[in-house]
Amino acid sequence: MTNTLLKTEALAKDYMLGSETVHALRGVSVEIMRGDFVAVTGPSGSGKSTFMNLLGCLDSPTSGRYILDERDVSRLTADDLAEVRNRKIGFVFQNFNLLPRTPAIENVELPLRYSGMQRSQRHERAREVLAAVGLQDRIHHHPSQMSGGQQQRVAIARALANHPVLVLADEPTGALDTQTSVDIMHVLQRLNRDGITIILVTHEPDIAKFARRILRFRDGRIIDATTLPDCAQPGAVEISDHPKDETP
Amino acid sequence: MMLLEPVRDAFRALRVNIMRSVLTTLGIIIGVGAVIVMVAVGAGAQAQVAEIINSMGADLLYVFPGSTTSRVRLGAGSLPTLTEEDAEAIQKEILEVQVVAPYIRGRGQIISGNQNWSTAIIGVTPEYFEAREWGLDNGRSFAAEEFRGNSKVVLVGNTVAQNLFPGQDPSGSIIRINRVPFKVTGVLQAKGYSMGGWDQDDLVLIPMAPARKKVLGERALSGRLVNGIAIKIKMPDLVSIAEKEIRELLRQRHRLRPSQENDFWIRNQTEALETRAESSRTMSLLLAAVASVSLMVGGIGIMNIMIVSVTERTREIGLRMAVGARRRDILMQFLTEAVALSMIGGLIGILLGVAGSMVFTAFGDWPAIIQPSAIAVAFTVSAAVGIFFGFYPARKASRLDPIDALRRE
Repeated sequence: MTNTLLKTEALAKDYMLGSETVHALRGVSVEIMRGDFVAVTGPSGSGKSTFMNLLGCLDSPTSGRYILDERDVSRLTADDLAEVRNRKIGFVFQNFNLLPRTPAIENVELPLRYSGMQRSQRHERAREVLAAVGLQDRIHHHPSQMSGGQQQRVAIARALANHPVLVLADEPTGALDTQTSVDIMHVLQRLNRDGITIILVTHEPDIAKFARRILRFRDGRIIDATTLPDCAQPGAVEISDHPKDETP
Repeated sequence: MMLLEPVRDAFRALRVNIMRSVLTTLGIIIGVGAVIVMVAVGAGAQAQVAEIINSMGADLLYVFPGSTTSRVRLGAGSLPTLTEEDAEAIQKEILEVQVVAPYIRGRGQIISGNQNWSTAIIGVTPEYFEAREWGLDNGRSFAAEEFRGNSKVVLVGNTVAQNLFPGQDPSGSIIRINRVPFKVTGVLQAKGYSMGGWDQDDLVLIPMAPARKKVLGERALSGRLVNGIAIKIKMPDLVSIAEKEIRELLRQRHRLRPSQENDFWIRNQTEALETRAESSRTMSLLLAAVASVSLMVGGIGIMNIMIVSVTERTREIGLRMAVGARRRDILMQFLTEAVALSMIGGLIGILLGVAGSMVFTAFGDWPAIIQPSAIAVAFTVSAAVGIFFGFYPARKASRLDPIDALRRE
């Protein structure tokens, strides 16, 4: 096992918009190590979402290569991509994307169901990851009975359920207030310290500061890569709001 | 376990819009319910027909004198061609025959005190009772010597008894048949209505000799001519063979050339049964058409609602795909939901159909007989409808692009 988790080589993606070709990504080559915490930023239309979709195996590149965990995943079928997502990648979304009317534990079990794990093992694993994000008391709550921060923790637990090599967080704090955002970022930081590789998309500089490295996108290319000093991390955000009680 | 969870998911999804789910399955409910009620009603009707035929005798053949081709065809019974000798020959020569009962028949006025009643008068031999398996409600049958002599005795049918002797036992009374006094010895068992709808109990039976000489004799029934011969065959299975042999025998006896048509008619009860079976087949076909239209409409309803559901839950589909659902996982999920929907409809339809059949039994003219096979078929068909009409929406869901699906609001 090498220390490189993923590597892209001249990764490019074109879209047809009517009769016009849009070059969303114009050749991105990047290497991300195991245990890294990378923030991807840039204005809208910069190609960061396209980049994340490719890293998340939700899409295939027009050209270039993407090697994830020593496997070239740039030319796979839809079902093979689904399996890669299932086994290697955990997703955290801006709007949580939890199944409504479904208890937290079943939401967390969802990826495990698609990998065919036994029910009892699934329960055990789901309890474990829910405890890891501090929700051991809420495993049977439905999303509608939880605050935004709690819902996002459930989503993080779901992302962790299948022991992924990579967690992709797409604007994970976009729907949360400042204090809750900080809490969620602390959860991600803690996971990262425990060895999980995280790639975070955000347009908020304050949130990006929680990462170890920042990749700036513009016009489909990386224009800047910054490594943050470790000491910048914990107190990187000025808290302007009053902390809110998370319990609904 | 891996099978149960998708089913539970399906029910969870359907519970969200209970009203919508139930309304969607209305077509299936009506289709399945209608099939079960109508099959039950049809089976009940057929059972009743079978009962009627049994009362008339499934192993019974009737021979009537018929028309000739000579000049004008006058219809059954119009020509005096059948005699008691024909009956005796049939009894002697046809092995399958158990008993032969020639009879003469006419109509007449019956008077008892100040009551009168117009009915069929049948002159019979002792064999008639055996052939028709006809017993008595009251009194006694004719004695052997009463058949041999000229005894003026009569057995009255149930309808006649009720009209001339309401609430009384007529045995021993004297009635006048076409002005000739006869002594009533008993009342025949009720046989009910025949398939043709005539009342089999609206008649009186008298011995052949007085019928011929005193009551019906003025007609062209002199000599040994008869109006009909009832023939009981040993086993119902032998009826058609016996019928063929009797036809041959009578043609021979009547010296008909091969080019000539029969001068008699043979009627058997199974023919009538076949006619009934034929019309019930037509009925079933019509029913199947109605049911399939209803199930088709129900299926389209399910397809419609599943398309709506796929659209509403695009984000959920995207999420499931993101966490690793393959296309067939999504396909199965929505297919399961469609089948669950149509099977719920099928179950409600079955309950409704059974209830409807019970209501028909309580208020209808005959009992509806619920057919388990109809229930099984209805249930299977409703599941098949779910698979067939659920496939397109489910496939549509499974072909969604995960990025587009996740982005959808």
